[in-house]
Amino acid sequence: MSARSSTRSLTRALPRALPLTPAVILLLLFLAGPIAYCAYIAFTDLQLTGQAEDSFIGFENFRTAFGDEAFLNAVWLTLVFTVISALLGQNTLGLALAALMQRASKPVRTLVGGIVVTAWVLPEVVAGFLLYAFFRREGTLNAILDWLHLPTQNWLYTLPILAVSFANVWRGTAFSMLVYSAALNEIPKEITEAAEVDGAGGWRRMWHITLPMIRRSIGTNLMLITLQTLSVFGLIWVMTRGGPGGKSQTLPLFMYEEAFQKSMIGYGTAVALLLLVVGSLFSVLYLRLLRTEV
Amino acid sequence: MPPRTRTPASRRAVRHRLAADAGLLVVAAAFVLPLAWVVLSSLDAQADLRVKLPDGLTFDNFDAVLTPDITFTPLLNSLLLCGGGTALTVACAALAAYPLSRFRSRLNRPFLLTILFATSLPITAIMVPVYALFVQVNLIDTMQGTIFFFAASQLPFAIWLMKNFMDGVPKELEEAAWTDGASSFQSLVRVVLPLMGPGVAVVTVFSFVMMWGNFFVPFMLLLTPDQMPAAVSINEFFGNRGTVVYGQLAAFSVIYSTPVILLYVGVARRLGGGFALGGAVKG
Repeated sequence: MSARSSTRSLTRALPRALPLTPAVILLLLFLAGPIAYCAYIAFTDLQLTGQAEDSFIGFENFRTAFGDEAFLNAVWLTLVFTVISALLGQNTLGLALAALMQRASKPVRTLVGGIVVTAWVLPEVVAGFLLYAFFRREGTLNAILDWLHLPTQNWLYTLPILAVSFANVWRGTAFSMLVYSAALNEIPKEITEAAEVDGAGGWRRMWHITLPMIRRSIGTNLMLITLQTLSVFGLIWVMTRGGPGGKSQTLPLFMYEEAFQKSMIGYGTAVALLLLVVGSLFSVLYLRLLRTEV
Repeated sequence: MPPRTRTPASRRAVRHRLAADAGLLVVAAAFVLPLAWVVLSSLDAQADLRVKLPDGLTFDNFDAVLTPDITFTPLLNSLLLCGGGTALTVACAALAAYPLSRFRSRLNRPFLLTILFATSLPITAIMVPVYALFVQVNLIDTMQGTIFFFAASQLPFAIWLMKNFMDGVPKELEEAAWTDGASSFQSLVRVVLPLMGPGVAVVTVFSFVMMWGNFFVPFMLLLTPDQMPAAVSINEFFGNRGTVVYGQLAAFSVIYSTPVILLYVGVARRLGGGFALGGAVKG
């Protein structure tokens, strides 16, 4: 391309790109800026109080983190929370609901869809309170177990990570259900019917025909719910505050506690940066799954 | 004797449908319990943490929380924050989507990929540096700072959705407007946006619902109690008031949740259940 034509295309491109400016400014100032700042203060010993200025300390925060039992505990709990609530819970339950809805009668489909989606649309804090009430010692779950003559316990105290995981399943399943419903609706009826005529039972049809046909939806769904679950804060905060004794303290809560309750902004941000890096890796994977779309 | 028209296949279909219905209803029963608690408790003078039918229906809980302090101020704050954030998001996204959808450029693809990448970043992770940054530039504890951050965090997804909807509007109509002497901006506002009304509604409602329910952002960025939106002020029921009056907490939860549920239902009805997923999860 000659210099002149590239200048001409530039003079034409610039006014056309003008409408992008407000969005780009907002994104640079309030999203890219903080992320860059995050990458900087993660390497400092910035604190909230009692310190004249922060200094650059290199990888010290990260070294501290990997020697810190509370941090490793938070990593482990984040993993447990993500696997139980997103991969096993939301994903599987969402797929099961979507598959059942294909066969169910319309009123039942509408009713069940409405209930599950309501749980999803509720504000995060409200969802937290509802599930807090459900799992409390004097709450609904124990009342039901008692009525069935099953042993009860103080769920938020003995198994807090399980309780918040179930809460997240309750709140998040609608997303997977909607994704899978859309995917299943796109499978041509003839294919499943042909398999049925050939004598393939329900499970075999699911395993050999349906799942392979919706595998891209499965991929994107897993990616997105993992990312959503990694950043859950309000739900756990309301239900347990990360306690008791850090037993439900996932990384976002650990980050918050280090940065604010212990005033170690630098350290808290280092944890945040790790979370961002993990999120970015998932995000790149997600882009690869979608790469033909853009 | 009535004629027997049912074939074995159709009997099997009925059996399958009944089994599917039963399975779904069992799951729904588990899902509905927490929702039933909040509705029943809000109408119960002796509400506790268990789902139970109230002895008599009462609106005392609603009466008790419908005060400026508990309900009106936080809801008004929520409205300001989320309304401001949504307006900013939708305006910027509509403008940004226009060149991305209408003009070919080598920069479109990298830009859209960056946007899509940002869509799935865990925003929770950057709240600590955002707090530190806001302290330095004096935006901490300001409505406008929070609105800006809300808008920025919602923008990637809004641009992405908006661009996909805009792609669906045929270009010919715009070209007609251009021949009549309209500028690009005029054709965007007068021709393109009205034609993609449902799309704009989806972006608007989705952004609003996301901000309305968000707890962490205002929790971090606002400090003064009378600036708190409902998402944060609801915490007060637990924090500082000693014993929790569950009936009032439930009543407040109902009041706070109703707007987003109505908005969602309004848009979902017109556009089909999976609307909020838009282009982001095709595949």
